[in-house]
Amino acid sequence: MSFSAILGAWIAAFLTLGIFSYLYRDNPFYKIAEHVFVGISAAYVAAISFWTQIYPNLFGRLFPKDGPLAFTGLEFDFNHEFNILYLFPLLLGVMMLISVFQQFNWMARWGIAYTVAIAAGLKAFGYLNSNVLNQVSASAVDLFSGSLPFFYNETTPYSGDTVFNNIVLVVGTLSALMYFYFSKEQTGNFGRFTRLGIYFLMVSFGASFGFAVMGRISLLVGRFNDLIEYSSSDYNYATFSVLLFIIVTLGIWSFQNPEQKGN
Amino acid sequence: MNNKYTVYALGIVGIITFTLALSVIPDSLNFFREDKSAMFIFTLMVIMIMLYEVKLAKGSSEPIFLRTIPGLKAVEEAVGRSTEMGRPILYVPGIMDMNEVETVAGVVVLGHVANMTAQYETELDVPVARAIVMQSARQVTKEAYMTQGRPEMFNEDMVHYITDDQFAYAAAVNGIMQRDEPAACLYMGKFFAESLLFAETGNSIGAIQIAGTGSQTQIPFFVTACDYTLMGEEFFAASAYLSKQPELIAGITAQDIIKVILVSFILIAIASRAFFDLGFTEFNLITWLGL
Repeated sequence: MSFSAILGAWIAAFLTLGIFSYLYRDNPFYKIAEHVFVGISAAYVAAISFWTQIYPNLFGRLFPKDGPLAFTGLEFDFNHEFNILYLFPLLLGVMMLISVFQQFNWMARWGIAYTVAIAAGLKAFGYLNSNVLNQVSASAVDLFSGSLPFFYNETTPYSGDTVFNNIVLVVGTLSALMYFYFSKEQTGNFGRFTRLGIYFLMVSFGASFGFAVMGRISLLVGRFNDLIEYSSSDYNYATFSVLLFIIVTLGIWSFQNPEQKGN
Repeated sequence: MNNKYTVYALGIVGIITFTLALSVIPDSLNFFREDKSAMFIFTLMVIMIMLYEVKLAKGSSEPIFLRTIPGLKAVEEAVGRSTEMGRPILYVPGIMDMNEVETVAGVVVLGHVANMTAQYETELDVPVARAIVMQSARQVTKEAYMTQGRPEMFNEDMVHYITDDQFAYAAAVNGIMQRDEPAACLYMGKFFAESLLFAETGNSIGAIQIAGTGSQTQIPFFVTACDYTLMGEEFFAASAYLSKQPELIAGITAQDIIKVILVSFILIAIASRAFFDLGFTEFNLITWLGL
């Protein structure tokens, strides 16, 4: 086992257990892990954004090799052609940066307005199409055909088309939709119908919750698998050593900070 | 009132006629795609209802009725609680950029919360995960403090960038919660797997928690761990509710009308399909519209 692999395992074990130590309470190990994580990720995102977006896509298109702006001495060869439209994002980006000066604070609004307006325009069609029309189309299900069984039988799966399933689908869709009707108080028969809608929503949330929790458990298992692997002699018992160190240090730290015990 | 629905009925007829007229244009001109007619009609219908509702609201002196949403009433309660306890309010506007409608809604609600914190002189802390969201949130917060006549209370650092990375951001926000112990935590925006981490930590420090999101997969976590949750459209309606401006509230009433139209359309489509499946007719509305 190489030294770098062993060192990596020790760092991974320390950071993992440092984050897990949060289960006890906020402590120096958690703070170290948190600050390392935040610092590295912020720097990483900045570097990635520059080298994979700004550098090839912006500079590469404004200052291509043998482009009209080659006289500036700036040339970035990414096989792009000169595109003057890219001056616009450059300008918005510069305006965003300049807004750090108090007197140019207003400049940031241009970039924000552009982002929000473009997103609104682009997504309006997508939302109307997928969230409204396709949903309406999918809700027009078969309720009366004699070709469908009323309940599940051996020939149809539980989730497939049955008259009962389709009735549940239509009633659930309509009642949940009307729960979000704001112009009328939810009383009387309308109130009962919307209450049915919220029951449907809660059932679907419960199923979604259970599904997501199972996914999280698999992530936890993944971390434990790594910790178990690092606890072997190949890694000089990294997990056990770090765990022992953290427990002992936290114990001492707790006794030295009695005012935080109440927390 | 009846006049309003007459206008809508006539408007819808006009839109359908207009669409039919457009569909007569030869395909060779490549001007109008007939297969998108339903989408075209629906889009124009939404625009018409929105604009007319706003026009009516502007011209009306009577307040528009909207049912109570408990989560929204709780926002003021949460600010009041923080003021009484002398502890800050933590506002998390989600982890996505301003191109997400949830983030925009979250920043708008932040403006209203900042109005309250300026009024009550309560500390506000807004950690953000995106640079553009930071700029937007700062502008909105600053404007709120200026509007309330408390510019001296505004501090740019109350809106601060952490990192773009999802879980690093979650770790940092959890750390802030543990150290600053805010009395109220508001999560309003687009969230992913970090939602439960926030809500659980907020719960453990005893903060009053109000969440608002349109992320379907995260609503269950907020419902489980928060005191109040604004689900989907309740969250999008929040800014109109809090602003109490008739033009914005008209947007909600317009959406309500659209919902009724959609429910009616679904019922008609089911009936049409039933007649088609039972062999009474050859006509199926959904197929005819190309949906």
